[in-house]
Amino acid sequence: MERIKLTIDGTPVEVDPGSTVLDAAKKAGVHVPTLCYHPELRVEGSCRLCVVEVEGMRSLAASCVYPASNGMVVRTNSQTVRRTRKSIVELLLANHPQDCLVCTRHGHCEMQDLSHQLGVRKVRFKGELREMEKDESSVAIVRDPNKCILCGRCLRICEQTQKVSAIGLAYRGSKSVVTTPFNQGLNDGPCVSCGQCIKVCPVAALHERDATEVTWKALNESKIHTVVQVAPAVRTALGEEFGMRPGSLVTEKMVTALRKLGFDRVFDTQFGADLTIIEEGHELLHRLETKENLPLITSCSPGWVKYAEHFFPEMLDNVSTCKSPQQMFGALVKTYYSEKVGIAPENIFHVAIMPCTAKKYEASREEMGRNGLRDVDAVLTTRELAAMIKEAGIDFENLPDSEFDLPLGMSSGAGTIFGVTGGVTEAALRTVYEIKTGKELEEIDFHNVRGFAGVREASIPMNGLTLKVAIANSLGQAEKLLKRVKSGEAEYHFIEIMGCLGGCIGGGGQPFSKDPDIKQKRASALYRQDHLKRVRKAHENPAIKELYRSFLGEPNGQKAHDLLHTHYHARSRY
Amino acid sequence: MEEKKSCCNCNYGNEADPKYVELDQVIAKFKGMEGALIMILHRAQGIFGYLPEEVQRHVAKELNIPLTDVYGVTTFYSYFSLTPRGKYRIAVCMGTACYVRGAGDIVSAFEKELGIKVGQTTEDKMYTLEVSRCIGACGIAPVMTVNEDVYGSISADRVPGILAKYNAK
Ligand code: SF4
Ligand code: SF4
Ligand code: SF4
Repeated sequence: MERIKLTIDGTPVEVDPGSTVLDAAKKAGVHVPTLCYHPELRVEGSCRLCVVEVEGMRSLAASCVYPASNGMVVRTNSQTVRRTRKSIVELLLANHPQDCLVCTRHGHCEMQDLSHQLGVRKVRFKGELREMEKDESSVAIVRDPNKCILCGRCLRICEQTQKVSAIGLAYRGSKSVVTTPFNQGLNDGPCVSCGQCIKVCPVAALHERDATEVTWKALNESKIHTVVQVAPAVRTALGEEFGMRPGSLVTEKMVTALRKLGFDRVFDTQFGADLTIIEEGHELLHRLETKENLPLITSCSPGWVKYAEHFFPEMLDNVSTCKSPQQMFGALVKTYYSEKVGIAPENIFHVAIMPCTAKKYEASREEMGRNGLRDVDAVLTTRELAAMIKEAGIDFENLPDSEFDLPLGMSSGAGTIFGVTGGVTEAALRTVYEIKTGKELEEIDFHNVRGFAGVREASIPMNGLTLKVAIANSLGQAEKLLKRVKSGEAEYHFIEIMGCLGGCIGGGGQPFSKDPDIKQKRASALYRQDHLKRVRKAHENPAIKELYRSFLGEPNGQKAHDLLHTHYHARSRY
Repeated sequence: MEEKKSCCNCNYGNEADPKYVELDQVIAKFKGMEGALIMILHRAQGIFGYLPEEVQRHVAKELNIPLTDVYGVTTFYSYFSLTPRGKYRIAVCMGTACYVRGAGDIVSAFEKELGIKVGQTTEDKMYTLEVSRCIGACGIAPVMTVNEDVYGSISADRVPGILAKYNAK
């Protein structure tokens, strides 16, 4: 197809048909400020911050929706354009609380960036600050409508990418507000706590519920034994918070930082991931034998599990009964570990550090505790951990390396790749293949399940059986895949579903990033780490073998069932 | 949220409730048509007098759409009422013609007489005060309605008299 030629601020550019003026500007190396626009979402063109002057047009055009055409002459920085932009930001600020200094988004706020970038020095308009109640009903997500600038990104990601629609726009004009139906609160609707809305919110109108305070308190309590586990996706993103290159692997520095914060034991969720593979792998082998409840669908993503409960209750029998790595780990800390070190579970405070906000919800689920105690006492997001490290004045980048504590800090490369979409499948294949065939795998890397396409599938020949697997990342993709499974159009033995785009590396608790390739960078760090591991298959992790020998007994056995498996229940969407 | 039980005293899910029977007929008639949601909500308000939460949930469920879509529509149009309304619904037109001829003063007069604000209902459930968009009677502006009765060329001092008429009924 013929390319379109136009000029942006005097620079000639060529773009593909269908491109917008904003695309063309990017191509010309010109930065046009945007607000309601988000590269992962359908464009709206409602905030009008991205306006530009197009020769021959009487009014300014919103560049994010305006199609580029041949011979177009565009100016992105004329006096009128600059004035208009400034007024838009000033109008937003006029209705916005200005308590930046004590705001959760201070330093990571697009409003601050815009105001700074556009040289806004005073607000000429007098606005009205509405006093609306915060929605603190959810254990994971807090909504502060007073900070909302109505850009609509959150509801678009919730509706388009996640197919949940827990929040929406209500009322109109100056009364417009982003809220839950009847203002009932996130806890009373289908919200799955995935935190994708937080990730796209430009301001502090959405944030995770704080767990740093309870964690500090436990760390300061000398009688309390503090045990921490860290998920794989955290170590590939934490460095970003300290200005390190995206994709930096900071595992060893992170372990040192956690010790410095005062944790008594620093363990690895990847041990829990290895354990999940053993349990889930045997569950799959069992279901293949009995031919019951196939396909087996993974259960490590709590956002997905809650989504299934609300939107696919008829498929709950297909969901693996395995708890997630976080919760298997938690159960072991309060039983196995507690017995081993002779510290009563009530004197152990167990913190999980996760790339995810839904993990906060998962830890609070009724099923996830014993004898009135929680298996996981607090869940911190990657962002919250970074905040604690900063608050403690730790110079992260220059920290020396150190290793996880044993035995629950020992893990395989299979556990590492749990953090990226396709990783659980690959980890499971490495183990299931060897158990089923009794042969060693010649090629450990399963490249055909990797990548970021929304849905991927593969067939793996195994002793006369062709194992058919499918992988979906994001709930919208999961919906698409499951509809095909339900209609009989597609048939699989095993399905991996991650609630977030890219898997955990793209979780709702990860550092804010404007890097368009952030997922690839974080993922490649995990695959690198996998390659560096001495043990790369879950069933070869010596600490896992020891756990079964001395404590659990058989995989899927009685004790394993009591501690490591759970059940689900249907919930309404309305 | 756990599976929702029927709330308070509404008859959500009670198939015997004739209002819900009627609502379901309306839904069946419009389902799948363009603009179905608005048409159904309009009829639902006719059936129930206003749009209780459970009716909105019911409509969302039957149309298999998110509740946020329904709530977005019912809050967007001032025509829809989310709270029970009074026996008499006073609607003062706020179209441009009425507005420049003092509709605002008339609204204030009603607010004062009834002790409620626009959008509210008196405690005795007699009156609901609303404003409407242009009703197309600009020739006799300012104009207002009480249920089906239309009053044209009104002024604030006529407000007590109008109310007296309904109080006496
Ligand atoms: S959201 Fe941004 S602009 Fe608003 S108070 Fe917080 S830091 Fe300041
Ligand atoms: S946490 Fe996820 S499901 Fe809940 S409102 Fe945000 S995007 Fe929607
Ligand atoms: S909550 Fe955030 S993302 Fe959602 S509309 Fe408001 S400012 Fe935009």
